[in-house]
Amino acid sequence: MSRECKHLVNHPGIVRKWVCYPRQRDAVNPSLGARCGHPWPQTPSAGGNAPTCVVSPALTRQTPSILHFALAGVLAWGAGLPAGAAEAPPLEIPEIHGFLQAHGAARLGGVDCDPGTACDLPFNEQRLQLKAEGGGFAGALGYAGKIDLLHDAALGESEADVRELYADYNADRYSVRAGRQVVTWGVADLLFINDTFPKDWTAFYGGLPLEYLKRGSDAMRLDLFPDFADVQLVLADFRPDRLPDRERFVLPGQAIQAELDEPSGLEVGLRVSRYVGSWDGALYLSRTHYRAPALRQVGAGWQGGFPRLNAVGASLSGPLGSGVLSLEAGYYDSVDDRDGNDPAIGNSQTRLLAGYSRQIGADTTLGVQGYVEWMHDHAAYRRTLPAGQPERDELRGVATLRLTRFQMHQTLRLSLFAFWGISEGDGYLIPSARYAFSDALWGEVGANLVVGDRSGQFGVLGDNDNVYMTLRYAF
Amino acid sequence: MKFLSSFLALILTLALVSAASVQAQPGADDIIARSLETFYYSGDDQRTRATMRLVNPQGKERRRVMTLLRKDLGGAGEQRYYIYFHEPADVKGTTFMVWKYPAREDDRWIFIPAIKLVRRIAADDKRSSFVGSDFTYEDVSGREVGDESHSLLDETDLDGRPVYRIESVPKAKADYVRRLSWVDRERWLPLKEEYYDGRGELLRTFTADAVREVDGHWTVTQRTMRDAQSGHHTEVVYDEINYGVGLNDDLFSERYLQRPPRQWIR
Repeated sequence: MSRECKHLVNHPGIVRKWVCYPRQRDAVNPSLGARCGHPWPQTPSAGGNAPTCVVSPALTRQTPSILHFALAGVLAWGAGLPAGAAEAPPLEIPEIHGFLQAHGAARLGGVDCDPGTACDLPFNEQRLQLKAEGGGFAGALGYAGKIDLLHDAALGESEADVRELYADYNADRYSVRAGRQVVTWGVADLLFINDTFPKDWTAFYGGLPLEYLKRGSDAMRLDLFPDFADVQLVLADFRPDRLPDRERFVLPGQAIQAELDEPSGLEVGLRVSRYVGSWDGALYLSRTHYRAPALRQVGAGWQGGFPRLNAVGASLSGPLGSGVLSLEAGYYDSVDDRDGNDPAIGNSQTRLLAGYSRQIGADTTLGVQGYVEWMHDHAAYRRTLPAGQPERDELRGVATLRLTRFQMHQTLRLSLFAFWGISEGDGYLIPSARYAFSDALWGEVGANLVVGDRSGQFGVLGDNDNVYMTLRYAF
Repeated sequence: MKFLSSFLALILTLALVSAASVQAQPGADDIIARSLETFYYSGDDQRTRATMRLVNPQGKERRRVMTLLRKDLGGAGEQRYYIYFHEPADVKGTTFMVWKYPAREDDRWIFIPAIKLVRRIAADDKRSSFVGSDFTYEDVSGREVGDESHSLLDETDLDGRPVYRIESVPKAKADYVRRLSWVDRERWLPLKEEYYDGRGELLRTFTADAVREVDGHWTVTQRTMRDAQSGHHTEVVYDEINYGVGLNDDLFSERYLQRPPRQWIR
């Protein structure tokens, strides 16, 4: 059987993988029949089937263990309640807020879509977000929940999405947060090195508000505040990235249906940060997995998993001239492909970033970044690269520009974010304008425009240029 | 001899009188320094809850409700600011921190709760509007005496209060070329300021609309900044003010940017 390989669409911050998996690997769990909505890889459009993924039984067992951790954490530090907590009223009445939001994106250009792809309007959704937060015992306890009730008219689906749901315990020198929560690390702007937490690239390329780029992790986060530094430990269940799928995106190559085996066991992240004079310094350590699947052919079908990844890195950010300089570096240890011979799994990498932003006029800010990805064992990668596939460079460079201008007492925000794939000869532009009609109502129009080489990591999305509009009423 | 002693006595008296008059009328720099000290540095720390109304020329209003925490570090002018936004709902939970230094650019951070992002921000405090209002960052956290050259124009009254009228000219390029201020001669608070451009046109007017003594410190509890060109204005009312509340240094850190201290944020 000939190997059929193609690359997954991905973001520069995430390793791109080849969708072929020629070597036999660990046995994949048999399907349990549990289906979840993992959108990648997508089924051929003819059947219109929902993509399948297998939920590992180990995964479901992990959730209670997090609760145990949380409970143990609360008990362990129960003695350290802040002063006055014991006398304070137990729980405050929660504050309820949220918003109603409509978002639509229209595809640009005459593109031939597969029959099953939402072609003209890949995004057309209305959502109600309800947010509740409160606390008690003089701030020792806190809780928050954020639930989106979503009607997706583009795909004819409705769902309830628990975006965040966590409880906090705050002691004098520690705090614990348990539940679904968003964790953001690093100092880069829309490029990710040490932030290995799950992301939603579908939302990003569809022009949804930036908060939808981040997916919550089901995690227990422990923050320690000794004198010398802030220490953050995150123990989390695996959640994959949400990658562009063929329900909304026109992608090259053939669609593949595969069962995905999600990793079981806790992922571990450690961040140690402190101020060094006027500089913010941080060290990062992640024991995690790639969040985009690596697929292999098994018999007539495909199976996939999320290979192991260790990441270690550092960041520094501080004043330079009248602006802010940001530096970040990371080493990706591709545990399952340390010699670089497995074309399905990304090789180990070193990632480096330098960014600078400063105000260049009244209410106008300019930010630029330079980013380099150095693929290790490039010779092994070339040796095992399937014939006919475009070869990735050993060094991949990306530059970005962010220009933001506020006008009319900051009711109007004009923004341009541009990625330029220096080595791959492609680019991705996101111009936008947001106007606040009042404190409660804002609207935004913008576009996602991909230019340049269609084999580049941005260029591969070339048939998905769109203009989008968002309207949000907050309460 | 008697003549000599009378002459000496006269000289001495004149010297004393002139010294007394110098003391009664301090230099413009001293007046501005004391005014800045009273306006921005009263007490060792301060907690306020403020409501900001941003009103456009058509009378359409936007509202920002925030808690501000401020702590002075030592006597050299170094300060820490922490701001928590309660309203509007869309930005609720956003926090903002400034480490203010007397002789160099301030350090600033913002926390955006929707993506749990702490980001250091670059902003020119002299020109940036504070959350879309008519106040600049500098208006909120203060400027330095040495940023401008000051001269005392006269002593007069403003709405029944005795004031010094001072003219200040920025030494470096700024959005205005001349500022007139009316400083209360007894309470040392600025009661009014006018900013002018190079053509002599009025740009902005600051007024202290309500002043009262809080915890032994004279305090402006309501203030307005009017943009004379656009007709937009911003009014700030301080609903709660307390001095010397005992804020810890470590409150002004990333930890509390991410998890606002409920003891102070109400």
